[in-house]
Parts: sequence; C-alpha cells; structure tokens
Amino acid sequence: MTRTHEPFVRVVKRTGIQRRKAVLFRVLALFCALLMGGLLVALLGYNPFQMYGDMISGAIGKTLIAVNKKGVLEFSTSAQATLKIMTLLLVTALGLTMAFKMRFWNIGGEGQILVGAICCSYFAVHYGDTWPQWLLLSMMFLAGCIGGGIYGLIPAFFKAKWGTNETLFTLMLNYIAISFITFLQYQPSWQMSGTTFPKIRDFSVTTRLPEVLGVHIGWIIALILAVLAFLYFAKTKHGYEITVVGESANTAKYAGMNVTRIILRTMFISGAICGFAGFLQVSGASGTLTTDTGGGAGFTAISVSWLAGMNPLLMVVYSCFIAVLQRGSNRIQTTMGIPKSAADMLTGIILFFMLGVEFFINYQLIFRTRRVGGEATL
Amino acid sequence: MNGDLNNILNFITMAVLASAPLLLATLGEILTEKSGNLNLGVEGMMFMGAIAGLGAAYRYEQAVTLAGGAPSAMVATIIATIAAAGAGALGALIYAFLVVTLRANQNVTGLTLTIFGTGFGNFFGELLGKEAGGFVQVSAATKAMFSSLHFGALSNIPVLGPLLFNYNWMVYFSLIVMGVMAWFLAKSRRGLNLRAVGENPATADAAGVNVTLYKYMATVVGGALCGLGGMYISMSSTACAGVWVHDCVNGYGWLAVALVIFAMWSPTRAWICGLVFGALLVVRNYYPIPGLPMQIYSMFPYIATILVLIFVSIFQVKEYAQPASCGLNYFREER
Repeated sequence: MTRTHEPFVRVVKRTGIQRRKAVLFRVLALFCALLMGGLLVALLGYNPFQMYGDMISGAIGKTLIAVNKKGVLEFSTSAQATLKIMTLLLVTALGLTMAFKMRFWNIGGEGQILVGAICCSYFAVHYGDTWPQWLLLSMMFLAGCIGGGIYGLIPAFFKAKWGTNETLFTLMLNYIAISFITFLQYQPSWQMSGTTFPKIRDFSVTTRLPEVLGVHIGWIIALILAVLAFLYFAKTKHGYEITVVGESANTAKYAGMNVTRIILRTMFISGAICGFAGFLQVSGASGTLTTDTGGGAGFTAISVSWLAGMNPLLMVVYSCFIAVLQRGSNRIQTTMGIPKSAADMLTGIILFFMLGVEFFINYQLIFRTRRVGGEATL
Repeated sequence: MNGDLNNILNFITMAVLASAPLLLATLGEILTEKSGNLNLGVEGMMFMGAIAGLGAAYRYEQAVTLAGGAPSAMVATIIATIAAAGAGALGALIYAFLVVTLRANQNVTGLTLTIFGTGFGNFFGELLGKEAGGFVQVSAATKAMFSSLHFGALSNIPVLGPLLFNYNWMVYFSLIVMGVMAWFLAKSRRGLNLRAVGENPATADAAGVNVTLYKYMATVVGGALCGLGGMYISMSSTACAGVWVHDCVNGYGWLAVALVIFAMWSPTRAWICGLVFGALLVVRNYYPIPGLPMQIYSMFPYIATILVLIFVSIFQVKEYAQPASCGLNYFREER
C-alpha cells in the first residue's frame, strides 16, 4: 500500500449547518471573548466578576424603569444613556446595511451622520428662536436626511460611473465632515452670542424631540425602522434588486435592471438614514453639534451590522449589547479605577472572536487520524 | 530677507518632521496592501506601537532605577523600538490570522483592529499614568534620544545644516526603510513574488509561491512599521515628546491610509507625497492664505486623496492602481 500524503487538517465548506449549532458556536465565541477580557483584567490585578457586574449595573441602573419624583414613569439615568447610544448605533447600522447588502463598502457612516447633523443644525441655529416647533423639527428632519443622503450620493456617483473605490472614498469624506464642523465652531453666527470660544451654542428647546420614558422618541423610531428595514430587504422589489446587484452587477444588467440607478438610490437611502441618526443626535440626544456628535458610531455600527449578519432584527440585539459595554465602562472607571477605554478594547476582543467563529460556522475542519481512512471533524 | 529664509527653512523642517510618522505607517500599509490585504487597522496598530514604545522605555527606566542603577537612554531607546515594532506586528498578526487563515472580511477586521488598538493604547496609557501618579513620561535623557540630532560641523552649515542634518533619528530611519522597500518591491525576487500575490494570488500559487506565507509576512512587517510610526508620535512629535497624551494618534493612521492612495502604492512617491501631506498639515503656521479660515486647511490632505482616487479610476491607470486582489481573500479551493 502506498502512503498518501494526507494533510494534518483539511478545510471543507459546510453544505449546511443546523441553526442551533450555529447559535451555539456564536455563544461559545462570545463566552471565550468575555473570558479572555476577564483574564486580561485579572492579570492586571482587578476582579473580573466585579468588572462585568459593575458594567451591567452601570448600564442598566438600580432599577431599569421606575416612577420618578414627578410621578412620571421613566428609565433610570444609566439606562437612558445606554438607550441613547443604542439608538445611534442601531439607526446607523440600519443605514450602512443598505449599502452593505449591495456589497458597497460604505464606511463613511460617521461623515454622513455629521453632515446630516450639520444640515439640521443650520435650521436650529438660524430659525431656532423664530419658527414654531413642528415646522422647525420637520425641516431639521428633512435637512438631516437629505444632507446625509447627498453625502452618500457623491461616492456612489463616482462608483457607478467610473468604479472609483468606495471604501477609501467614503472614508476620506468622514474627515472632511469633521474638519467642517471645526470650521463652523469658529463662525461667530454659530457660537453663543457674546463669546468667541470655539464651540457651537446649545440650541433652543424648540429644537428638541419629545421624550418617551425619559429618552427622546428616536429610540422608538429606531425600533420601527429596524422592522421596516427587515421588510424592505425581504419583501420589496427594491430589496431584491439590492441583493442581485450585490451578488453580481452583470446578472442585474442582463436581467434588465438599471444598475446605476439602483446604486445611486440605495446609497442615497443609506446616507439619508445615517443623516437621520445625525438629526436624532442633535435634536434628541445632545441639543448641539460637536465633532463628537457621531461618537465613532459610523465605525462601530459597521461591526454591529456585520455581527448581525446584516439582519436588521438581530441588529437590535447587537446594538444593545455594544451600548451596554460602552456605557458600562463609565461605571467601572469610577468604581474600580479601570480606564474606560477598556470598553473599546473589550469590544475589539469580542468582535475578533465573533469574526473568527464565522469560519467554523462556514467551514468544517477534518483532522487526519492514525487510523487508515479515519477522520475526526470539528 | 533673512526672516523670509528662516521662515522657509522652519516650514520645510516642520513639514519633514510632520511627515515622518506618516511615512513609516504609509510604507507599512503599502507593504501590506501589496500582499492583497487592505488593513484598515493602521490607526489601531499605531496606537499599540505608541503606547508599547513609551511604556516599555518607562518600565525599563523604573526597573533599573529601583534596582539602584542608572538607566541608559540608549538601551531605553532600543527597548522602545523593539516593543513598538512588536506591538504593531502583534496587531497585524491578529489581523492576518483572522483574514488569511480564518477568511474573515478584511474591511470589518481592519476596522475592528482600529477599535481594539485605540482602546489598547488609551487603556494602558491611562493605567501607566495612574501607576506613575498622574501621567507617564520617560526620563529627560531618553527624551533627548528622540529629539533632533547634531552632526557637529555638518549641522552648522548655513541652510543645508538645518535642512538636512537637524532631524531626530527616526526621520533618517524612515528614509532608509523607504529606500530598502523601494528596492525590495522593484528589484528583488521576493518583492516580485509579493507583488504577484497581491495582483493575482491564484497565478502566484500556481507558480509555486507560498501565498499564505507572503501574506502573513508582508502584513506583520507592515504592522511593525505602523507600530514604529506610532512610536514616533508618542516619543518624537512635539505634541507628546515622551509623555503619554490621551488619543495622541488622533487620525494619523487614517491619513496614512489616505497617503497610500495618494502615493499610488509606491514607496518613493510615498516619501514625496508624505512631504506634501506634512506641508499641508503645518502650512497654516507659516503661510496662511489670506481669507482662508485656518480650520479648512486640515481638509486638504483628504480632498487631495479623493481627487487622486477619482483620477486613477477615470483614467484606469493599471500601474497606479491598487493591487488587483486587494480587499479580497484568497481561498485555494474556491478558484
């Protein structure tokens, strides 16, 4: 018998994996990531159990929801902050997913959020004291969406026309938007009257969105938007076209689809939803405009979308998860003296594991065994 | 007249200093992208290198002082350099393992590396700062190692002295790396193989090139260079100079990613374009354009990069384009 050179391990694409097994793999990966984060913290001399416990209590508060002094039911202060972060992440992730489904790498979410925020701030700055609230909020909403949409349209136009690399194009646009806000901070008409401090003034109360349970109404809109996005992808013609263009632009062409139009339309929607997130930030969460209005959500949301496998409903879960991490890290800084940058590091570790586990879901490892013809699989 | 000359000399010197960390990181990213890996984690790897370099030098000094000895600035510098390169390489190794071995998406993995590295840098920066009682900084002797060198008489030559012989060692080091990489990519056998891997991995594989090994090596060495670029910021830049400043890398990594495009994937052009970027970053202090607000200047590098991107795509210049397989993973079984 001739000896064959069988490799120690072979990789074979799985034909299908049970849903339960896939979920189990992901949960296992998450567990490993938390374990690794815990080990790292333990090595530095902190108690990892206390850290995770404090994170969760720091994100949720003593009671998640309670009647406040005025007799109104609302979320705890900590939960309010968490929910605001979650809303921003969720809306942005939904916007980016529009583009990702089409395999258009829109990593300019941050810029689109900021341009949406700039456009709606224009109305807040100039008409905040004169217009009635309903008109002001509607105009700010429209300006935010259209502004973000147009900012998304620019790279889409060049991509559709000349195939310009959209990853790098959208990336550059982020920094142009940030610089532009710095520029606005130095404009006297945008500053608080009577000062020259480079900061955009706080907008009047008429620019603020109404609150539900202590958090601006954006969080409810975000949840509705997630359902709408799910239906858009699964049930509409547009959703179908996006998928086909993503799979193969040529197939779409042969099927008689107007690829250019689909790319432009989808990127406009993608940018518009991100711009809407910017509007929610200005009008709901912060009431002013800073270079940090996007808070890095344009980048973090990419991970949210990807982790959720571009499923809008799962994004609700993942955006909540990341928001708890980010908010909870504030608590561990005060209670345990662990720098809050730990949240970024932990988010990174979790994402690394979640990215890695996809391989084991999609592929099967077959190990060589001593026995002739024997195989062990994972 | 003399004032004008001084202004020009200062401007050029500052531009060169501002371009050095960009050049190192850009060279690292060029090497990485030549293997077909678009690693968007440059910012993260720079953060890792920045804190590792500073932290290692600090820890070494503390340990020696505690043992009753006098820390040597030279040794501290060497330790910092090794640690920074090692940290950058470690970040790149995580990336390469996920992307090459586990076939994860390059964009998402790179961005995750940026999130991780930023957290890593700030986390350990603050932790060391707390340990040092306020903020962490290296000794004056080590700081001096990272500031401008003096070549005796050479540095005193009028005009040429300040122009050529008045920089810190990392500036000269980055130029040497640039030269070596230009030679490696254009003239060496291995460089040719690497470019083949980046352009068409299937063909390279068929020709007997170990695609996986090349991808790993290029990415890890590239990461080490990004780490050194980060160390430049924490040790040599005027903003930090041996003291940990929260969020110190602050977008330099993304500028380097932009610069790779601007330089159209050539190490020598990276040097020239790096100088242009450096000049754009500091020009406001020397030659403000009347009527143009100061804050608009910081947009210039990004606008310039977008113009290059559009230009390259419209004219379809293959020579100046991104390596063809960049951003795509290679699976031998799925050809």
